[in-house]
Amino acid sequence: MKFAVLVFPGSNCDLDMYHAIKDELGEEAEYVWHDTKDLSSYDGILLPGGFSYGDYLRCGAIARSSNVMTEVVKAAEAGKPILGVCNGFQILTEAGLLPGALLRNKNLKFMCRTVDLKVVNNNTQFTNQYAKDEIIKVPIAHGEGNYYCDEDTLQSLKDNNQIVFTYSSENPNGSLEDIAGIVNERGNVLGMMPHPERAVNELIGGADGLAVFKSIVKQWRESHVNQA
Amino acid sequence: MKKVKVYVTLRESVLDPQGSAVKGSLHTMGYKEVADVRIGKYLELQIEPSDRDLNVVVKEMCEKLLTNTVIEDYRFEVEEAN
Repeated sequence: MKFAVLVFPGSNCDLDMYHAIKDELGEEAEYVWHDTKDLSSYDGILLPGGFSYGDYLRCGAIARSSNVMTEVVKAAEAGKPILGVCNGFQILTEAGLLPGALLRNKNLKFMCRTVDLKVVNNNTQFTNQYAKDEIIKVPIAHGEGNYYCDEDTLQSLKDNNQIVFTYSSENPNGSLEDIAGIVNERGNVLGMMPHPERAVNELIGGADGLAVFKSIVKQWRESHVNQA
Repeated sequence: MKKVKVYVTLRESVLDPQGSAVKGSLHTMGYKEVADVRIGKYLELQIEPSDRDLNVVVKEMCEKLLTNTVIEDYRFEVEEAN
């Protein structure tokens, strides 16, 4: 499976994402610059964390209008798996691929620590390698991860099982209903504030995040076997 | 040439932790009469004359990029630029 790791000016988790795919997962990965106008050769798209365009105006707002995002929208419509982590999640909400928005952390602090996450929905192409309600340890590092949406949107997220990860032992940023990660209605676009790519090997403190990537590959393999 | 002043604020339903912190600070300084503080953004655009309707164009820019209407409200004023 071939992944595109999108790189915007100010992305800083692109190397971690690349490493997770290439070295830990053993799949193909390529860095793809933000002005690229064709993503058709990639099977999955990864939007890494960082501070694209220095978080000017709003987190993710400038990145959202780059050329590559037009292609990301096309890939989403084509049903390809798209994962946005941290700033990648912010970009996906700004682009309208995921509902809601990420606000400044309630305590106004940049939160950098490992947190407990609950896998609320393991029936997605990003979480099929986890058990339902499994508690996993994944690092967070953000100042604006306070998920917000209006009541109607929250209700539809619940009705469609779009809430995938919630913070378990503590809510580090004030997010609505402890939300840490959501998928779109179709289930092929996941945005999450915690960094699974930073939890892919016991040597760096834990490997609980690796199953996110393994899940994507498993789903992709199965869907391609069925087509053959 | 027109000058457009755009004011962006968080929607009423959205918590403003920065505003709350500033309110707390003002209270500490003795300004007990402060009931609420909301922090927003101010943008100034210089717009060249064109055949497009200025109000329509500015509204479009506000909704596509300058604000995120999920969390923010905006209003704008148009003036003659010097």
